[in-house]
Formats: sequence, structure tokens, C-alpha cells
Amino acid sequence: MNSVQPPTDLEIRIRPNTSWFHIDFQGLKNYRDLLWLLVQRDFTAKYKQTILGPLWFLISPLLNSLAFTLVLGKIMGVLTDGLPPLIFFLSGQLGWTYFSTVLGATSNSLAGNTHLFAKVYFPRIIPPFAVSLSSLLALVIQLLTFLAFYAVHQFTHAPETRLAAPTWLWALFPLVVFHMAVLALGVGLVLSALSAKYRDVQQVQGFIVNLWMYFTPVIFPLSSLTSKYPNVAWIADLNPMTAIVEMTRRLFLGVGTVSLPSYLVSVAITVVLFAIGLFSYQKSARTFVDTV
Amino acid sequence: MTKPIIEVTGVSKKYRLGQIGMTSLRDDLQRLGRRLRGVHDTAATTRDFWALRDIDFQVAPGEVIGVIGRNGAGKSTLLKVLSRITEPTTGEIVLRGRLASLLEVGTGFHPELSGRDNVFLNGAILGMRKAEIARKFDEIVAFAEIGQFIDTPVKRYSSGMYVKLAFAIAAHLEPEILIVDEVLAVGDAAFQRKCINKMQEISSQHGRTILFVSHAIATIRRLCQRCLYLEKGRSAGIMPTEQAVERYSLTGVSSDLDLDVSNRQRDWGTDGAEARILRVTARSAPRFKKDLEVDFLVQASRPLEKLMLGFTFNTIEGQRILTLDSDSDGETFSLAEGRTLIRLRLPALPLHPSRFHVSAAIGSGKHFHDIIESFALWEVETSTEDFESDRSFGGCRLCPELQLLPVSQTTPA
Repeated sequence: MNSVQPPTDLEIRIRPNTSWFHIDFQGLKNYRDLLWLLVQRDFTAKYKQTILGPLWFLISPLLNSLAFTLVLGKIMGVLTDGLPPLIFFLSGQLGWTYFSTVLGATSNSLAGNTHLFAKVYFPRIIPPFAVSLSSLLALVIQLLTFLAFYAVHQFTHAPETRLAAPTWLWALFPLVVFHMAVLALGVGLVLSALSAKYRDVQQVQGFIVNLWMYFTPVIFPLSSLTSKYPNVAWIADLNPMTAIVEMTRRLFLGVGTVSLPSYLVSVAITVVLFAIGLFSYQKSARTFVDTV
Repeated sequence: MTKPIIEVTGVSKKYRLGQIGMTSLRDDLQRLGRRLRGVHDTAATTRDFWALRDIDFQVAPGEVIGVIGRNGAGKSTLLKVLSRITEPTTGEIVLRGRLASLLEVGTGFHPELSGRDNVFLNGAILGMRKAEIARKFDEIVAFAEIGQFIDTPVKRYSSGMYVKLAFAIAAHLEPEILIVDEVLAVGDAAFQRKCINKMQEISSQHGRTILFVSHAIATIRRLCQRCLYLEKGRSAGIMPTEQAVERYSLTGVSSDLDLDVSNRQRDWGTDGAEARILRVTARSAPRFKKDLEVDFLVQASRPLEKLMLGFTFNTIEGQRILTLDSDSDGETFSLAEGRTLIRLRLPALPLHPSRFHVSAAIGSGKHFHDIIESFALWEVETSTEDFESDRSFGGCRLCPELQLLPVSQTTPA
């Protein structure tokens, strides 16, 4: 059996009150395999016992979009920026579902991993990163669903009623996804740190996500708001998700009210929220196990 | 002179008693409201509790150090702080090497995943790289004696298989520092022996440093040359194992031959028990080959029937060496309501002179009314009748009867 030569320069110092801004990059590097194994575990464990497996990722946004089309599009006549309602709602969810999934999953990072954190050390930030990555599978399936409906629409409609043709802007979607992931992680980590102290937060988390969706142009176009209340339209820019959802529609379908400044505001808010999330999470993770 | 691999300087850990755990937002808002109105904060009923106080010690590379102490002495807290599960309140720890801790086996095992997937996941949680696990995979499976079940989801494993696989992973970690907390109390006797041998191999052949926490003094003696003895969160540092074991077996235990045990904390919930032992008195100091007479003052809350009284001797290592059950011959006794003095008598105590933890219990059948475990450490003394105990083979000595039978000198044996 071969024995490992101890890296002579390795020196771990454990002290109280490590600075808020301390991120253990070395630790993250050493544990990067754990990150991938956790992602893998999420994939296999989650769908091992369900019959349809990953098909659920297809079914749930599709059924949602159909319901929105029926209730909001047909019955209530919500405007859809001139798009066919089903395509409009599918694209809206494409810019929203991943965000809400990651937010929901990461906000439980501390409380949900108590059994692990109480027994073994590894960088506490790994589980929330792992869920953000494993949730990408759902996003990919959702994207393929959207593209399938897009293709069907293009082939079954006359040239004048077709959707905008694909452009190089489609290639920017991964950047929007990254933006979404960072924002969801930021908010999720803040909630996670808070719920370590106040258990009430776990109760309101689902509620926050629901409310947030109604204040984001997922099931209505931003244009219907700006045309009605042009003076207060800037308030919509304070919600960083507004720019993300509108940008998603803009990239794929060429419609959507989003300006470069309002998108940059969203990026700035995202960066700030992510920093707050990361630091508050790290801080509460350090002695979290003492309080459970 | 090489630098110590573990250096602990002035480490203390404070917990807040009283309101432990998560508070609700309402509590905090109320407290804030009181403070804003200038009312003195009466809700702050929290008391500080120091689980560790000014701990200093150093461990040289390759040493196997035992950590011993009574329940609540701070052993678990020390391990948690060392393994970075929680941080110390004051002080500093320097670790010159990778550290892996086994505070529990099978941490992070996922029931739906196969044994194979769990080996990789658990290994990674314990700090191994994927390539490292792959390299040792066959060895781990062989050690765990799991064979073809490696691709079965672990939820279908028996608890024995589960624990063996978990320990096998841990045993194949290659950190420079390994912290082990009583995980050896798992599996069958053969597997336990295998685990101990593995630990010895890890330390002697691979030069790894091990911190080993256990109540099993015999194992500590076998594995560790030196020990850290903890008492109420404080420590006198690392000392030779014998010295630490000596302290451990003496603290918190009285050697009084007349003891009031009525207020003693029972490890085992006996609130509302119908019979309790109030006082234990040895009529004279126990001596080898002399009659042992012990009085038990018991209290019954109602008339009780079919009772038995048990009195046992354990060695300092925790091995039971003598059991005196009053119903060994099938005879039971009854108690009237109120207090009764019961005298237990054993002619010619067979125990060799040494010190023993004594325990007593009162019960009926399989139901125990009261158990007082290791309530005292009694010394069995030598006596004038003692001609043989200096031969000192084993813990007790009885004189068997011999019969010399005539045999034919010609038939083969």
C-alpha cells in the first residue's frame, strides 16, 4: 500500500471569528470532486424511484404554461406582446423556473444539511453550489421543450405569422442563466443564513418566491405595465428578475422591454445580493451546529 | 526536532445554556422592543457554559493519542473544534496536515444509492479525491466483506453490512491526522478486532497521527501510549496512558464503603419507579476469600413481589467480572411498602485483590425498578486467607473439587 507524503507546507489554522470576507479557496479546490459527486447524487437519487424520471422537468412547466394560456390568455385576455400565448408563457417560465428552483433549494442549505454539518467538515458552500448545478438538468429539458414548440410553430405557420428567426443572440442565453444562478444563490444564501437563526424563514420562503413571480413579468409582458404607468416604470427595474425574464424573451423571440441600463442595474443588484448572501452564509455556517 | 502536527493553544468553547437553539423572529423583535423602550432585558436568562476551558496540548507526528474523560467532560466538543465542525470561542489550533474525522460512520450515506455510489460520495465527504477512492475501491469492498452487494442500494443492507462498509471507507482514508470517536463499537467481535488491527497498521506502518476517543479502556491501552485526560472541560495535558486511566477511574467515583445513593443521577430513567435503592453499605471492607456482606436500604412505594437484587463488579477496563443475582437459584423475594434493609451475603469472595466498579439493581424478571451503575470504586483487599492471589492469574479464583479416579494401567488413553 502506498502512503501519501504529507505536504509539508500545509498548515491549517483554526481561530475564532475568521473574517467575514474569508473564502477558503484552497478548501474548495480540495473538495471539488465532492461537488460533482453531490450533483451526481442529486440526479440519481431524485429520480430513481419515480416512473417518469427527468420527464417531470418537461411536464411541470408545460402544464403550467397550458394553464396560463387557458386562464390568462383565453379567459382573461392578458396581453402577450403579440406572441402566441403558449410560446409567451413558455418563454416566461424559461426565464423564471430555474431561478425559483435554485432559490428554493439553496435557502434550505443549512437547515437541510444539519446531519452532515454536525459530523464532518467540508466547505459549507459546496451543497448550495451543487444544487445550483444539478438544477441545470431541468433547465436544459425546459429549454428543449421550448425549442420544440418554437420549431413546431415555425413549420406550421405561414411566413408572415412566424416568430422571429434564430439569431446569434441565442448564444447569449447561458450568460443570462449564469446571472439567474448567481442571483438565486445570493437570495437563497441570505434566506439560509436567516433560517438558521429564525425558523420562521423556512415558512415564508415559498411564499416569497410566489409573490416575487407576480411582480416579475413572467405571466404578463413588461410593456403592459410601462404603457399603463409610464411614470413609475423605473420601479420594475429594482426587481432584478424583471430584466432577466424580459431579456430571455428578447434573446429568443425578439420582443421584450429591456434596455442596457436597466439590465446593468439588475447585474449590480445581483452582485450585491450575492456578496451579502455569501458572507452571511459563511458567517452563520461557522457555528451553526451549536444552535441545533 | 520536527514541529508538532497538532498544536492546541488556549482553546476554550462556550455554549449558551437556557435558550439553546433557534429563536423565533418574534422573540427577537420583542427583545428589541423592550430594549428600545429602555426596559431591562429580562429575557436574557442564558447562562454561559464552558465546554472547554484553556486546553493546551501538542501531538507529534505518528503518535496515537487516546482521549478519555467522563460523559460531559468535553471530549466531543474538542473533537468538533479540531475537525472544524464548529469553531472555538478563544484560542488557536494549528494542524500541519490533512485531518479527517470519524465522529460517526456512514455520514452522508444516501439510502437510494448503491454501495458503490456511496463509497465515492462518502469518501469525498470525508475529504478524499475521486481518483484516490477509485484506486482503493477494491480494497475497501474486500475489507467491508460486502461482496456482490456492492451494487445494491444501501437501504437494503443489514445494519451490520451498512456499518462495515462505512468503516471500510473511513479506514482507507489517508489523512495525516485521523480522529476516531468510538466507531469501533460496531459490528461483531471479529470485525471489531479487524478494525483495531487496521488502526494499529495505519499508525505504525503509515506513520499517521491518530486521536482516539473511547470509553473502552482496554482498547485505549492497546492502541495509545499517551492520553489526554479531560475533566469538566479542563485538561492537565497529555500524559502516559496508565496515569490518565488512573485519573479516569478515580474521578467522580467514591471509594466509600457506605454511600447514600438516593440522589445519585440515574443514567436510566427511573422516575416514578416503584422501588429505589437509597443507601449501600459494605459491612466490612471486601477481602479476597472473606465473606462479603453488603446492606441495601431500599424503598418501595407499594408492596412488590417476585423481586431480585443484583450486585456486580466491573474491572477498571469496564469488563464485568462478577455478577451476584439474588434470583440465580430461581428464588425471589417480596417487599412491603416503605423502607426495608436487605442484607446480601456471599461466602468467600473469589475476587483477586484489585479495584472494581460496583453496580446494583433491583427488579423483577426483565423489568428493572432501579439501576445504579458504577456508583463506587471498591478495593478488594488481600486477607490472611490469601495464599494464592500473588499468582494473580485472571480476576477471580475459586477452588474446585478434585477427584482422583482409578484407571486401568494397561488400556490406552
